[in-house]
Amino acid sequence: MQIAVLTGFVLAILVPFLSRWCGSRTGMVLALYPAAVALWLVSLAPAVLQSGGIYFEQAWAPSLGLSLSFWLDGLSLLFGLLISGIGTLIILYASGYLHGHPQIARFYVLILSFMSSMLGVVMADGLMTLFVFWELTSITSYMLIGFNHEDAAARKSALQGLLVTFTGGLALLSGLILLNVVGGSWSLQTLLDDGEALREHALYLPMLLCLLGGAFTKSAQFPFHFWLPNAMAAPTPVSAYLHSATMVKAGIYLMARLQPGLGGTEVWMTLLCIVGAITMVVGAFLAIRFTGIKKVLAYSTVMALGTLTMLLGIGGEAAMIAFVSFLTAHSLYKGALFMVAGALDHETGTKDIDEMGGLRRAMPVTALCAFVAALSLGGVIPLFGFVAKELMFEAVLDAPRFTGFLIGMSLLASVLVVAAAGIVALRPFFGALKTTPKTPHEAPLSMLAGPCVLAGLSLLLGFMPWLAGDGLLSAAASAVAGSEVVTDLYLWHGINTALMMSMFSLCIGLLVCWRWPDVRGVIHRFSPVLDRGPEAGYWKLMDLLVRVSEWQTRLLQSGYMRNYLILTLLSFVGLTGYTLLARHGPVLEFELDVRLQEVVVALVTAASAVVACMMRSRLAAVAAAGVMGFGIALIFLLFSAPDLAITQLLIETLTVILLILVLFRMPQFSSLSTPMERVRDMLVAVGTGVLMTLLILTILGQGHLFTSISEYMIDNSEPLGHGHNIVNVILVDFRALDTLGEIFVLSLAAIGVLAMLRLQAKEKKAP
Amino acid sequence: MKTGTLILTVAAQTLVPLQILFSLFLLLRGHDEPGGGFIAGLVVAGAFALHQFVNGPQATRRLLRVDPRDCIGIGLLLGVGSAFPAWWQGEPFLTAQWWDVMGLKLSTPLIFDIGVYLVVLGSVLTAVITLTEVDKDET
Repeated sequence: MQIAVLTGFVLAILVPFLSRWCGSRTGMVLALYPAAVALWLVSLAPAVLQSGGIYFEQAWAPSLGLSLSFWLDGLSLLFGLLISGIGTLIILYASGYLHGHPQIARFYVLILSFMSSMLGVVMADGLMTLFVFWELTSITSYMLIGFNHEDAAARKSALQGLLVTFTGGLALLSGLILLNVVGGSWSLQTLLDDGEALREHALYLPMLLCLLGGAFTKSAQFPFHFWLPNAMAAPTPVSAYLHSATMVKAGIYLMARLQPGLGGTEVWMTLLCIVGAITMVVGAFLAIRFTGIKKVLAYSTVMALGTLTMLLGIGGEAAMIAFVSFLTAHSLYKGALFMVAGALDHETGTKDIDEMGGLRRAMPVTALCAFVAALSLGGVIPLFGFVAKELMFEAVLDAPRFTGFLIGMSLLASVLVVAAAGIVALRPFFGALKTTPKTPHEAPLSMLAGPCVLAGLSLLLGFMPWLAGDGLLSAAASAVAGSEVVTDLYLWHGINTALMMSMFSLCIGLLVCWRWPDVRGVIHRFSPVLDRGPEAGYWKLMDLLVRVSEWQTRLLQSGYMRNYLILTLLSFVGLTGYTLLARHGPVLEFELDVRLQEVVVALVTAASAVVACMMRSRLAAVAAAGVMGFGIALIFLLFSAPDLAITQLLIETLTVILLILVLFRMPQFSSLSTPMERVRDMLVAVGTGVLMTLLILTILGQGHLFTSISEYMIDNSEPLGHGHNIVNVILVDFRALDTLGEIFVLSLAAIGVLAMLRLQAKEKKAP
Repeated sequence: MKTGTLILTVAAQTLVPLQILFSLFLLLRGHDEPGGGFIAGLVVAGAFALHQFVNGPQATRRLLRVDPRDCIGIGLLLGVGSAFPAWWQGEPFLTAQWWDVMGLKLSTPLIFDIGVYLVVLGSVLTAVITLTEVDKDET
């Protein structure tokens, strides 16, 4: 299982080489990966459906109870299939859409990494595994939205998406940690089995709020919905994949995953129903306000995400069946519609619906796909969207609370969505032919495959919903509900209230679509009010953030080395000194048992330190400091620590070399500080020295302040580490993770030096 | 910067190859005797720094063949990469693996150490070479 998830990352690394070998066929080769994952999931499906789930665990840091663990049950299977299936089509589609784009390899790298991360999210069992993959999807999404990184608007939107989802990610992290504290496990499966304990714990409310904070921001729920339409700055394949079919559903997935453990309480129902319903209506309403085809689709995605949240809030069997059906239906038709939108944009050169018209002759296949998918979006019989919508209405009619409110909201939303569906599918293709920036012609085969397959599936599942319903969807619904749910999907439910609501929304919706320009005119009058939405709040907040950071930078970053040094040393002396005095009390006993050579070395070291402070020339000061370093190295040697001594010697040598290189760039040494400042500096220096001495005396004097771990290292170096040099064994084996961190820090420092010097040199040249 | 006084040039001709050899020696024996990747990396960085003082940064780049920045990258990759063989065995991340190849003790800590070596070499040289080159640009 980990192989399936991680292969994507490996492939992503190999893309640059692959694209050199395969040229324009890279897309087809890469599409094999999601296709293989999809096949693998299908082959596992019977086992999953029978046993209820497959588990995989890989120890990571067992001492912390952390492991890389995956869990494949009905819900993960459904999501996994959507991700890999649609992913295959998207990669093929992108190879047509971005054909000849100079950066296409970069696109493949990002989309493959994203695919793997997303698979990781839906299959994760460990809380930390989930979180890591979750954040990876945010990062890859950021890079994909900003794919056209030379466009300032795209960069802005990418940053907005990142900030909103990362803020949510922080909330999620707190929520997951709380979940671990409350439930005492890192495994979702174990935690959710004992839902009762979670729900009745005193920390339930803060935990739930944190987790939902993560889910709501990721899934663009009101009032965080604004980032999603802006994310449409990404290339269309990205919008189709990340921002409709998969990533934005990660939040929905999380809520569905937590439903059996945390769901069903008063707070859960209230929050999810209200937020979901508001998101649904706001999304649907904003969808018909704009003329950009991707904006319309993006807002209708917001509407769908709201609906899904609301269904989770309602709870109960009917709602769960509606949830999984709606989820599947939405991924199918929205994926198709986005690909159609991309094809229109690609072939006509415009994204504005008002500028398109009469394209059905030039692009017949695209038109057909758009029509079928839009029927499903609008919930027209006999598409799968109709089945999902009926189920949604039925669930809402049976809702245990807020029934009236929810019925009203969902009716309103579906009227508006029908209108949006009509706008997307009818307006560009019918009516008089309008002149577009490019002469329209049919899209290439690679770009038609995706929408055709997805639209075809919408139609097929509409006629035969039991194909998906009996196995996959019922397993997924059972996983969400936490108990066995039998889904029995059929197209025709008979004439009932749900059907009436459907018909009603269809009629009014088409009316709105017909009179769209007038409707938009009416809405336009309210735009001053609408522009003051949550997004304005976001920009206000960003401005504030920038101002606060400017202020605190001016306050703290004086740019003088001495100020930083004084601040660092003083806080060290203050905090450590306080702890030492208050907690332990300093120990001043020591035995003066030193050899002559030690005294000599110590004196030389101390003397050179004094000399370094008095010197009038830089070079002499550096040399004196060097002598001090060598003195310390000698002390290491005297106490038989050759590794430390060698390191110290080499570091001293290199420091002198580096300092000398830098010295050439500095102005002459001159004494600028006043006597008062000198006294201050001396006090700080002496204070630090005294504290260090006290610290060492205390630690050595008490002996048992901390239990020493050196015994363990000495005893185990040979048997466990196969080495006699304990220092080295500790560095590369026992504490290898620390060393790994350190070499990363070292590399960053080198890159920092490089960037600083190069930039400075450039700036000097440029003016 | 002025390069190539006579004494330095002659000394460097002997010292640089010796230092490079010695660094490899330190690197490989590090697990049992004083030495190891960090120390060896510092020694070899010193060697190249010396070479650079004598022959100038261009010559050092040629001698090194790869960009020091690439050294950092390769070193980090080796360091991270050495963490994965343990995975293959189903053990926790970064557990040391040992193989006996024809009497030679090969292990993931060795790979890790080579990674450290390259990172240290790359980092120090990036700083040293950049400092010199920027100086040159300005004068």
